Formats: sequence, C-alpha cells, structure tokens
Amino acid sequence: MFFAILRIELFKIFKRPRTFISFGAIAIIVLLVQLALKVNGKDFIELYTDSQSDTFYIPYDKMVNGYFVCVAVLHMILIHVPLLIALIAGDMISGEANLGTLRLLGSKPVTRTELILAKFSASSVYVILLLIWMAFLALFGSILLFGKGDLVVFKEMDWHQMNDYDVLWRFFAAFIFAALALTTIAAMAMMFSVFSENSLGPIVATVCVVIVFTIIQQLKVPMFEQTINPWSFTTHMLGWKGFFYVEKSADGTTIDGSIENPTALVRSAMILIGYIVLFLGVTIWYFRKKDILS
Amino acid sequence: MSPIITVSNLTKDFKEVKAVDNLSFQVNEGEVYGFLGQNGAGKSTTIRMLLSLIEPTSGEIEIFGLNLKAHRKEILKQTGAMIERPDLYKYLTAFENMKLFARLSSVKLKDATIKDQLAKVGLADRANSKVKTYSQGMKQRLGLACALVHNPGLLILDEPSNGLDPQGIADMRKMIQHLSKVEGKTLVVSSHLLSEMEMVADSMLIINKGRKVVEGSVSALLNPEKTEVELITHSANALSFIQNSNWNQFLNQAVGERICLEIDKKCIPVFNKELVENGIEVQSLRPLHSLEEYFLSQTKA
Repeated sequence: MFFAILRIELFKIFKRPRTFISFGAIAIIVLLVQLALKVNGKDFIELYTDSQSDTFYIPYDKMVNGYFVCVAVLHMILIHVPLLIALIAGDMISGEANLGTLRLLGSKPVTRTELILAKFSASSVYVILLLIWMAFLALFGSILLFGKGDLVVFKEMDWHQMNDYDVLWRFFAAFIFAALALTTIAAMAMMFSVFSENSLGPIVATVCVVIVFTIIQQLKVPMFEQTINPWSFTTHMLGWKGFFYVEKSADGTTIDGSIENPTALVRSAMILIGYIVLFLGVTIWYFRKKDILS
Repeated sequence: MSPIITVSNLTKDFKEVKAVDNLSFQVNEGEVYGFLGQNGAGKSTTIRMLLSLIEPTSGEIEIFGLNLKAHRKEILKQTGAMIERPDLYKYLTAFENMKLFARLSSVKLKDATIKDQLAKVGLADRANSKVKTYSQGMKQRLGLACALVHNPGLLILDEPSNGLDPQGIADMRKMIQHLSKVEGKTLVVSSHLLSEMEMVADSMLIINKGRKVVEGSVSALLNPEKTEVELITHSANALSFIQNSNWNQFLNQAVGERICLEIDKKCIPVFNKELVENGIEVQSLRPLHSLEEYFLSQTKA
C-alpha cells in the first residue's frame, strides 16, 4: 500500500504547475550564472581570489572551465534552493487541509504513518529530481559551454587543485550530500506543515528558520560557534564543499582521490540524518493523534 | 436486520467544550439512517469519529461488528464517505480523482469501469475536465462517485445536499433511495433539509448539544397515536364551540384563526365532521407532526 500512496503523491506533485516553477527557476539561475562567467569570468575570479592574488600567480584563463563554473553555481544557488523545497514539502499536509482533501485521505484505509512516510518519500524524490536537474544544467551544461580542465577551489587562505580525472566522482558525491541536506529541509517543512492548515505558514516558517540559523552561523560569534553552530543543520548543509577539499602530500602536491577531512563529512551526514529522523518522528507522532477538523 | 454501526457512550471533549456527550445509537443493515441536529449539535464531530478522523475522548464504535480502533483499515475498506463539501483535487480531472481514490481504497479499476461510474452520476462527458471548472452540483455528484468508487457496503454522507439547487437536491434524493432500495447499501445521512430527510430516511437520530434527544424509525416517531392538529378557520364561533364541547379537554392553544388540539389521529375525521355539522367553516385541518415540527419541538426542549 505504501508504494501505491507514494505513486499517488508523486502524481499529485507533478500535476501541479507550481512544481515546475522550481525547475524553471533553477534553469534560469544556472543559465544566468553561466552567462555571467562566460562574459566576466576573469573579473569574477579576481574578486573571488582577491586576498590570494597578491601571494600567488593565478592562471585565470585556465581556471575557468566547466568544473569550476559548476562549483561556483553550487555555491551561489544551493543556499536558495531550500525555498523551492519548502514550496512543495511545506504544502504537503497543510495544503491538503486547506483544500479540504485531508479528511478524504484520512477516511481511506491507509494508516496515518503510511501517509506521512509516503508524503515524505515523495518530497525526497522531488528533491532528488531537482538536484539531478541542477546537476544536468550546472555540470554538463558548464562542461559543454566552458570545456573540461583541472579544478581549483578556494578555502579561506588556501586553495585546492584537483586533476580533471579526479573530479567527476566528487561532484557525484557532492550532489548526494546536497540531496541529504535538502531532504532535511523537506522533513522540517513537512513537520511545520502538520501543525498548520494553510500553506503559507509552513513555507515561511521553514525559510525563516534557515535564514536565522544561516545568520547565526555567519556571525562567527564565539558563543554561537561553540554552542549552536556545531549542531546547527545549516552548518552541516554546506558539508558538500568538503568533497572539493583535498589532502596534500608533504611536498604540497594533491593526493588523487583524497578528501581533506572525511570524518567531518561523515559527522555532518550523521547530524543531518539525525535531524531528518527527529523532524519525521515529530511529524508522525503529532499527525497520528491529530483531529482532522478541516 | 443486523446492526452495521453500534455506538456506545461516545464522548468527545474539545478543551472546555463537550461536542458529543455520552452518545449511543445503532444503525441497521440496509437502512437510511437520518442524523439530525442544529448547527453545532455534534453531528459532524460524530461522523468524523465514525471515520476515525477524530479520536473519541471515550466510548466505543463498532462497525460491521468490528471495533473501529482495532480494525480501522478493514472497516474503512468497506466504507465510503462524503464529508461536507467534497472539494477533491481541483487541479486534477474527475477521471484522475476517481482513479486516485480507487487506489487509496485498495481497488484497481479499469478505465472503462471508472467512466461507467462517472456516467452513473451524469459526469461522463466532463470526465476529462479539471474539477476547478465544475459547478457545486457537479462537485457534489463527483464526491458521491468517489465515495462509491470501491463499492462500499456502508456510505456516510455529511450534508450531501449542501449548495445544491432544487433539481440537484431531487437528484441526490433519488440517488440515496436507489443506493438503499436497489443496491442494498446502508446509509448514514446528516442533513439540514428536514423535508428531504423525511422522504428518504427509515430511521433517525436527533441530537442536541452533543446529546441524544430521540432515536427511532421515522414512521413511528412521526406518526404517534396522539398528534397535534392545527385548525385554521374564519368562523368566530369555532373556539366557543370547542370550549363548550368534549373537545375542550384536548385544546392546546388558540391564537386568532389558528386553534391547536392534541387528539388521537383516528379522531381527526370525527372532529372535522362535527365542525362542519355545527356550521364552522374549516379552512384547513392538518396534523402538525412533520419532521420539521417534530425536530423543532424536540430540540427546543
């Protein structure tokens, strides 16, 4: 029965025009970033590497390739994608309550736990499809427009260089990690959705939580750095960057296939999974005892 | 007839408000069971508890002889419901809504079967139109088709005639009668349209402030041995005739041209005959026990 409900939920998601707004928005943003980098790529990197350019010789022309552009796109848009996720996941229960269809679902021979799990799984499928779409445009589109080459990424005062044959798996892993991060957002939006009977509340609440924790994270205040930030999901949502930070040998050369801090990556993934379980648990607990009055 | 629904001591509290208070009733197989009450009487809360949308504070519900809490899935597989406005998914077509609700009811139907079911409610030619383009009457008919999509033995309809025009109300009445008398389904119908209920219901329950006021067969409740009779007459001496005769003991009230008596139903022709023989012009003489009057008298108390 679970898979039957999942199919129904996916059918409903992809029958709504608002679903395709997200796909359209991502296509426009990616194309704009690619266009900007095509026209002003050197200026962008100069701005980006301002502090390093005095110390190192930076080969700008060689740096701007498809892989570099894809990382730049991910940097710019992954922070905004939660809004697109909240648009769908935040509407999952509250939208049904608002439409008056929740009582129809509730009076069918499916358990409420099955219903929540199916709706959560459908949101996760949506997240994955959105990321596949983003990967298709950002990675393959950029390779098509800018070609391939070694990838250089910057981390504060350091920079990491990867050979072009050592890059694709990193993107694959980064997109999987991003899927996990955005699934956390979907789980949180669904949790808010179960407490509400209108669609706007959960969407706004989700975006507000993401903004508040992102600001706290960027303030770099010692009190928050020691207490909130190590456990905040917004900190760990950016864990995907870790796949592009490589280990270096004693002579400073890059070690192929290495990750600088795999333990931190695993920790971030575990914390995000913990959040998903927590949000989903609260959603199921509350929905099972909720009186459907809408 | 075996009981299909048995409700025992059902209570639902919403914080300080007792929406349903120690309610017990029984619905038998094959009957149309009218569920009456004023706004806020607890009808919708009770119906939602029957469908497990609301958890009772206390009390037991048995449907098809099974406890609702323990056998929710089995019971809901055999139950169809239309609760208030059947909003359905407005961005889907009628056909897609039907297919979706069939799958949710654990039934896989062929496209042709779904089209046949839509034809039964007169929506065959609009099967592929989005529900947002439907009128209220069409939505109501589609709601009924969705409730029937898995051929349930029990159908629960909450205000099925809400928002319908007179033709729509008549169509809904015919459908309810067909489902009960021809297809043998058990129906629980809540409605404000008492005249409609009088025409379709076999039994009824009146609740007020969450409590049972009266329960029984419609014919027995509306046709008691003694009934209130309303006499309308222009004759000025009608009241004095009654007061000076044996009918005086049955006199209830007299206001202007309207005189009410509580008499044995069998005596109505005799009373009429005596009035005419004594030169009293009878404009109208009728028993007052319509469902509406009965309902008002019960809920006023």
